[in-house]
Amino acid sequence: MYDYVGGKLDWLAAGLASEGTNATRPRAGDVARREVPTCGLEEPMRAVRERVAATGWNACVVVNEERVVLGLLRAEELQKGHDEQVQRVMRPGPSTFRPHVPLDDILKFMVAHDLPNTPITTSDGTLVGLIRREDVAHSGSE
Amino acid sequence: MPQEIDRMHVQRLMREGAQVVEVLPREEFEQDHLPGAISLPLRSLETEARGKLDSARPILVYCWDTA
Repeated sequence: MYDYVGGKLDWLAAGLASEGTNATRPRAGDVARREVPTCGLEEPMRAVRERVAATGWNACVVVNEERVVLGLLRAEELQKGHDEQVQRVMRPGPSTFRPHVPLDDILKFMVAHDLPNTPITTSDGTLVGLIRREDVAHSGSE
Repeated sequence: MPQEIDRMHVQRLMREGAQVVEVLPREEFEQDHLPGAISLPLRSLETEARGKLDSARPILVYCWDTA
């Protein structure tokens, strides 16, 4: 006999497949962009800005070596700083959601707080991807 | 006393054919459950387990979280 201590929340938060009526509702993990640029706390803003611009993105997620989310650089922050380190400019501790959260729940939050994007993470804070408002709109939740 | 396991161990047991049991209320099971899981709500566990589970195979139970 085995006891899965983390339970259903741990399973869903890891973005693993599930069954049931909610399985057909679009969720955060379905539209999160895995290829979002990332950077470290001590990188100089100039280098990060150039690297992100080359990818065509206007956001960058700040992570540690284990890809745990530490902060966020949105378009506004990406324009700031030159030799300053990322940690001086970033938005620390951004609001995040788990992959299993239904898209319409996330959209309500993003609209209420006027957020253009938000990171999606596992329950231990590891980056899964970034959700953008336009991606939610195209999914049919808007 | 059940052996406490993590997600990776769960996935291995599932591949090996373990019986996966969710003990939450039936309505919650219907919304979301692990692939292949069966519903045995806690309140009816004692009365229904004998008829639904194979004692010769490993049994894995789970709830919502660690609470």
